[in-house]
Amino acid sequence: MKNLLCVLLLAPLLALASESDQHFEPAPDKSGDVAALQHGAKLFVNYCLNCHSASFMRYNRLRDLELSDQQIRDNLMFTAEKIGEPMTIAMRRNDAKQWFGVPPPDLTVIARARGSEAGSGADWLYAYMRGFYRDDTRPSGWNNTVFPNVGMAHVLWDLQGEQVMGEDRKLTLAVPGKMKPDEYAAAVADLVAYLQYMGEPAAPLRRFLGIFVLIFLAGFLVLAYALKREFWKDVH
Amino acid sequence: MSALNAKMRGLLEWVDARLPVSSFWNGHLAGYYAPKNFNFWYFFGSLALLVLVIQIGTGIVLTMHYKPDASLNASGVPVAFASVEYIMRDVPWGWLLRYMHSTGASAFFIVVYLHMFRGLIYGSHRNPRELIWVVGMVIFLLLMAEAFFGYLLPWGQMSFWGAQVIVNMFSAIPLIGPDLSLWLRGDFVVGDATLNRFFAFHVIALPLILLGLVAVHVIALHEVGSNNPDGIEIKKKKDEKGIPLDGIPFHPYYTVKDIVGVVVFAMVFAIVIFFWPEGGGYFLESNNFVPANPFQTPTHIAPVWYFTPYYSVLRSITYPLFGIEAKFWGIVGMGAATVIILFLPWLDRSPVKSIRYKGPIFKAAVAIFIVAFLTLGYLGMQPPTPVRIVIAQICALLYFAFFLFMPIYSRLDRCKAEPERVTR
Repeated sequence: MKNLLCVLLLAPLLALASESDQHFEPAPDKSGDVAALQHGAKLFVNYCLNCHSASFMRYNRLRDLELSDQQIRDNLMFTAEKIGEPMTIAMRRNDAKQWFGVPPPDLTVIARARGSEAGSGADWLYAYMRGFYRDDTRPSGWNNTVFPNVGMAHVLWDLQGEQVMGEDRKLTLAVPGKMKPDEYAAAVADLVAYLQYMGEPAAPLRRFLGIFVLIFLAGFLVLAYALKREFWKDVH
Repeated sequence: MSALNAKMRGLLEWVDARLPVSSFWNGHLAGYYAPKNFNFWYFFGSLALLVLVIQIGTGIVLTMHYKPDASLNASGVPVAFASVEYIMRDVPWGWLLRYMHSTGASAFFIVVYLHMFRGLIYGSHRNPRELIWVVGMVIFLLLMAEAFFGYLLPWGQMSFWGAQVIVNMFSAIPLIGPDLSLWLRGDFVVGDATLNRFFAFHVIALPLILLGLVAVHVIALHEVGSNNPDGIEIKKKKDEKGIPLDGIPFHPYYTVKDIVGVVVFAMVFAIVIFFWPEGGGYFLESNNFVPANPFQTPTHIAPVWYFTPYYSVLRSITYPLFGIEAKFWGIVGMGAATVIILFLPWLDRSPVKSIRYKGPIFKAAVAIFIVAFLTLGYLGMQPPTPVRIVIAQICALLYFAFFLFMPIYSRLDRCKAEPERVTR
């Protein structure tokens, strides 16, 4: 009787089993790799931070990546005067709208915004930056496998080269770029790691502190439980 | 030392003659006798109070830095959205306060749902505690409103479109609907006017009412005394001093016990805040990291998880009735699904209160109810498909049947005899 009841109660769950969707290849985890994050920051300010702003991110926050103010100023700071200023851009939004159809979005929290059931935001970005291919029907001459009919052209084309889409909807490299495919994938992984860091710069501190908070609470729990037992001895 | 003690006693007497401090302490803590057999389920009342304090404390500091402003800043980002990211980055410990507040909203509903479930299975809503239950249900409804208003404030895509969908629902009410939704919004679309009024509701109007009702809830509880897992009245068996034989003073016994519950809760809360603040997209949704864009409707708009069972009921009503469109009946269904819980004290006609002494019919009904409720909750997060709509319709029927047929099946059930005294 009980078994039958259990089966009846669980039956709806079978009907709910969700159909499997597209899954992105997981982006390599480089969150602790300072050199990769620095390289990603360099790619970001050189390639992305012309059309896209990162207006919640201040340049001096890059100290998190073990850079000095002078290093930041000399190598990464192109769009601001003072080290405490945010990563804004000079392009006017109305111009951008005319040129691309939509103004390029601010990228500060893009790695958090792109998460879905198909993968984390980093996975999406890792697939997106490797998913550009030539498409003459598009105004920019480029299309993308994860973001169909994207407004952005392939900004990293000279690094990756030009991909084309075959009949089988697979991408092949038609014109090689400055980087070999595995070098390009590694560079994109660095960029994605940086975008992920920028999405939540407090994340490493958060995880670090969390361990001590839990250790403290575990000790507190032992004391609290001992206190409770002591008081409850005389309750029968 | 004794001179100091005498002075302190004198001070207390002076205050007591002017303000009932000692009698309050004795009436609600040291002299309030609670049943000695509270189990796991009885932690969630005090935890709900704790989460309320967390939400108010973190909320006050967040209000110091948050800006309810829908206009775009120089980078084309809404000021409200940017101010949340400012809190996350530039305000010292802002990220912690914000995560405590956003996780706190989900924690509030987890704790409150478990608190309500406790009442359901042990019959805490039955005579003489009907008013505690009714006040608690009003708190629950206002809490949903509070969460809804607060969810607009980060001004992300889900904030915006969630508010748009909910406020538009009111336009389905015949005759007054369109004007009502315009009045609620303060504009023809969700905009700066909406954001500012929701901010006002979220930070002052509703918290004020909630605090008052929580006080009423506790005062009513302490008037009649707590129920317990056996569902019997401890006040029926008293010693010669008039103290319930199965009662123990709330302080120190339950204060020290609740500290253990608080620490366990704090550990779970800390695990989410420090290691899993987005809660897999259920506590902070990915799409809410995209600033609100009135010109771009997301492909899939789902409410936050704690609303999804009721949202599923809304979506499961798909046919017009009496010449009024299905949308209106969906709202009626959703409203009924939340309000019907309020009538529980008068629906349960069982001779016993606690599930421990109820018969197989009630136990099966509760089990089916749990499955229907959780299934509705799951379906509310998913895009609707024909199969899912049918499952939601079945679950919605089971949900309502649980309440509507309760007067019948609770009376038919073969109950066991209640014990004279509480058991462990």
